[in-house]
Amino acid sequence: MSSEPSSPSLQKDDIEKIAHLARLGIDEADVPAYASDLNNILALVEQMSAVDTTGVSPMAHPMDAQQRLRDDTVTEQNQREQLMANAPQTEANLFLVPQVIE
Amino acid sequence: MQWEVVIGLEIHAQLATKSKIFSGASTAYGAEPNTQACAVDLGLPGVLPVLNKEAVRMAAKFGLAIGANVSRRSVFARKNYFYPDSPKGYQISQMELPIVEAGELEIELEDGSIKVVGITRAHLEEDAGKSMHGDFQGMTGIDLNRAGTPLLEIVSEPDMRSSQEAVAYMKKIHSLVQYLEICDGNMQEGSFRCDANVSVRPFGQEEYGTRTELKNINSFRFVEKAIEIEVERQIDIIEAGGRITQETRLYDSDKNETRSMRSKEEANDYRYFPDPDLLPVVIEESFLEAVKATLPELPDEKKHRFMETLSLSAYDAAVLTASREVAEFFEVVMAAADGESKLSANWVSGELMGALNKNGLSLSESPVSAVMLGGMIKRIADNTISGKIAKEVFEAMWKGEGDADAVIETKGLKQITDASAIEPVIDEIIANNPGQLEQYRGGKDKLFGFFVGQVMKATQGKANPAQVNDLLKQKLKA
Amino acid sequence: MHNKSIAELSKGLAKGDFSSEELTRAYLDRINGLGAELNALVTVTEEQAISAARSADQQRSQGDAGLLTGIPMVHKDIFCTEGVKTTCGSKMLDNFISPYDAFVVEKVKKAGMPMLGKANMDEFAMGSSNETSFYGPVKNPWNTGTVPGGSSGGSAAVVAARLTPFATGTDTGGSIRQPAALCGITGLKPTYGRVSRYGMIAFASSLDQAGPMTRSAEDAAWMMNVMAGFDSRDSTCVDKAVPDYCAPLNDDIKGLKIGLPKEYFGDGLNADVAAVIDAAIKHYESLGAEVVELSLPNSKLSVPTYYVVAPAECSSNLSRFDGVRFGHRCANPENLEDLYKRSRGEGFGAEVKRRIMIGTYALSAGYYDAYYLKAQKLRQLISNDFKTAFEKVDVIMSPTSPNVAFKLGEISDPVTMYLSDIFTIATNLAGLPGMSIPAGFVKSDGHDMPVGLQLIGNYFEESRLLNVAHQFQMNTDWHLRVPAGFE
Repeated sequence: MSSEPSSPSLQKDDIEKIAHLARLGIDEADVPAYASDLNNILALVEQMSAVDTTGVSPMAHPMDAQQRLRDDTVTEQNQREQLMANAPQTEANLFLVPQVIE
Repeated sequence: MQWEVVIGLEIHAQLATKSKIFSGASTAYGAEPNTQACAVDLGLPGVLPVLNKEAVRMAAKFGLAIGANVSRRSVFARKNYFYPDSPKGYQISQMELPIVEAGELEIELEDGSIKVVGITRAHLEEDAGKSMHGDFQGMTGIDLNRAGTPLLEIVSEPDMRSSQEAVAYMKKIHSLVQYLEICDGNMQEGSFRCDANVSVRPFGQEEYGTRTELKNINSFRFVEKAIEIEVERQIDIIEAGGRITQETRLYDSDKNETRSMRSKEEANDYRYFPDPDLLPVVIEESFLEAVKATLPELPDEKKHRFMETLSLSAYDAAVLTASREVAEFFEVVMAAADGESKLSANWVSGELMGALNKNGLSLSESPVSAVMLGGMIKRIADNTISGKIAKEVFEAMWKGEGDADAVIETKGLKQITDASAIEPVIDEIIANNPGQLEQYRGGKDKLFGFFVGQVMKATQGKANPAQVNDLLKQKLKA
Repeated sequence: MHNKSIAELSKGLAKGDFSSEELTRAYLDRINGLGAELNALVTVTEEQAISAARSADQQRSQGDAGLLTGIPMVHKDIFCTEGVKTTCGSKMLDNFISPYDAFVVEKVKKAGMPMLGKANMDEFAMGSSNETSFYGPVKNPWNTGTVPGGSSGGSAAVVAARLTPFATGTDTGGSIRQPAALCGITGLKPTYGRVSRYGMIAFASSLDQAGPMTRSAEDAAWMMNVMAGFDSRDSTCVDKAVPDYCAPLNDDIKGLKIGLPKEYFGDGLNADVAAVIDAAIKHYESLGAEVVELSLPNSKLSVPTYYVVAPAECSSNLSRFDGVRFGHRCANPENLEDLYKRSRGEGFGAEVKRRIMIGTYALSAGYYDAYYLKAQKLRQLISNDFKTAFEKVDVIMSPTSPNVAFKLGEISDPVTMYLSDIFTIATNLAGLPGMSIPAGFVKSDGHDMPVGLQLIGNYFEESRLLNVAHQFQMNTDWHLRVPAGFE
């Protein structure tokens, strides 16, 4: 883990790396604009580092509550037809994707 | 150079819940594609997960059984990655705060010694769907029935030092989860799967070598073979001056080799963070107490009890407790046999197991029930039949000719213990064999067996062998 | 008919002054006629609306109509509606027909309210101007050259233009309150967990909350009675009894303690807007309320904190849009990676991509502690500020937005846009209920543009907010003003 990020400055290849992690296709021509926008946003976010948060517990959730547990009963019936109606490509009741090679 | 092998296992056990970990869809195996994938399992826009109580209970049960710390507060996190069998683009798992931490398990090694393997953690997560590589316009088909099935991922310490130890550990966990009734253990159906982290280091070196992860090895035999072949590969590379790359490898059982999984090789950055759709799982003391109350006698406890109170050998006790099914069968046999432990142990692990193996049957398919077998053993113990006749009775029961008493009755196999019935037979045989009698009396002791055989033959094996011996000895002396 | 309150519509239907079909047709006529230029609806569900209205009339004739049976409404297009296109303002879901109803949609249906259509919105609720919608920007009825705010801009515009008495909205960082302010209507973001999120397409799960957008606080109270409630399908939904939100509307507010956080009245606040807010607060004083100055010292950190938390959650929430099971899929993908990248690259607009990338970066190895964990700690501090404040006051008041509606296309820089939510974001981080009510008007470019007063309450004190808002509306008529051309 790196320490506090110092004035971030994402370069072209950083943007490409992030876009790849997020599986976002980005036009080559748009990369500089994204880099500049993202750097501006990160500069805004940078204001966070001005505050000392030593000893503060992180807040993941507004409510200090605990997970409810459901009973182990089967409540869902087969609704394949409706649920797969939006699928772009199917065959033999399977969702199709380009070949996955392992 | 002498190399030491270091192995850690990650076992995925599908929990035997009726419904999925975060949805109300069925977990039954073998349904038509995508008929058990509901809106939540498909990750449709707007759907949300709700945690199955039974999955939590089962994980806690496992934690208690391995003497681990069952976390009073655990947190679900998202593991982000794109893959078509992972419908949301993330898997709900546990990262920083798993439900079970720091347990251990004893394994028995071949030399009879016992080794303790550390279990780092066990956490709850959802299973992925399945990719089908049929002929679909040259594409891959995705079936999401399995998506969302609860998994308990059990992560061991790198404590194993050979493929045999790894298999012994895997078998022990396999047996334990079935004892606990939290997993059906069906490896063909993928209910119990294993990844192995393997590395080698020179003996005496403390630092671990670079490890590779062998994915999805789904039989005990393949775990052993995959580890062995991978260890060989690693040693070959190092001895040739090369270096091991940390990577995921797939075991190909047809070629008996491991190979790099290119599709997963790319450095993954899973971007774990607490799942904001789920709140911390809090386990109250009362919940844990209730789970504790459902814990069965564990394999090791059972084994020790069999040795101590039933005076069984360590070997017999281990064989009879290797699975809960066998142990429970044995205990029913023993009860029906009025507590004849040694005879029961011999018959279950000997004759019965042999017959099942020969016929390719599982214990639950046995034509001879535990009560029937126990009933027969009772008749051996009370001298109604001899051990030899018992084999005949067993065969008849196996063929469905009724229970032991019925078989003994209809076939007239009841042992003859009345001396007044045996004596005339002996007298007749002695009278008919003067030559042998003379030789015996002349010092040819071996002929004693001949007389026993003749008596047994004449009584169709029904005469009590001990009595026959006593009576013969008296009469031959005279 | 279109200027009647929900209570009046309920009474009119009960008395038989008009039928639900007549009422529904009247609204549809306005939607298809003078409302068309606002681009406020992605889908008009005319047939379904009429058929639902007929069922409502039939139900009434059989004597089993409820209070809201037959009163039409509009859903923000973020709510899944069975059999109806649900786009979330995105090309990604341009072809998505939801196979199920969201919790809120079920509740509204059960109340017998015909749905007129689905409201336009910023793509995946990411925006403050409605300009990120794949379906083009919504126009503000007070000046069609300006934005309605966002992301619930379509919902705000349809209510402001009297194209519906009620629309649903969602609020992640101000998405109900800011458009309510900019369009001169009443909007309530309930306490996090008060309304189930089931079937509401997630932007940032720990911040998102659905609420009513209406002309008045009284109407909002009526609708909260429908929308609030426990739902076992949302683990974050709170199982807490739902009060009758209408009951305390007329309670006296003498002695009410109003906190004014100094950080919400400083630099960046438009002077004319400030004057309107001051006047509104004076009005409250005249009704017997007491004003207490207070400080929320970590306020300035709410925008930076939000722009880590929200993008991080959204980067993960939006991974399910991958072109496999639903939604946009690129043509002829060469391989799996190409399928993902092009489907998502083509399906998402620029703002959504920016936020996914920021979130991906903030969660990635080596940056998690400095960004995400840090933001969660600051969230705690921001939340603590409010806890301290509510020990001293009953409600907190501030402007909802630092400015009135800006011109379409005026703000192109993302960061400048983000800062327009500076007064609303902290409420979401803390999970508190917040409200915006019309407080007056400011002349801008020759148009009278509405100003919103924000009311923030303690956890689950929606009733008090509605009461405080209603008391103001009983004594003012800002909420009754109708944009020119839509009278």
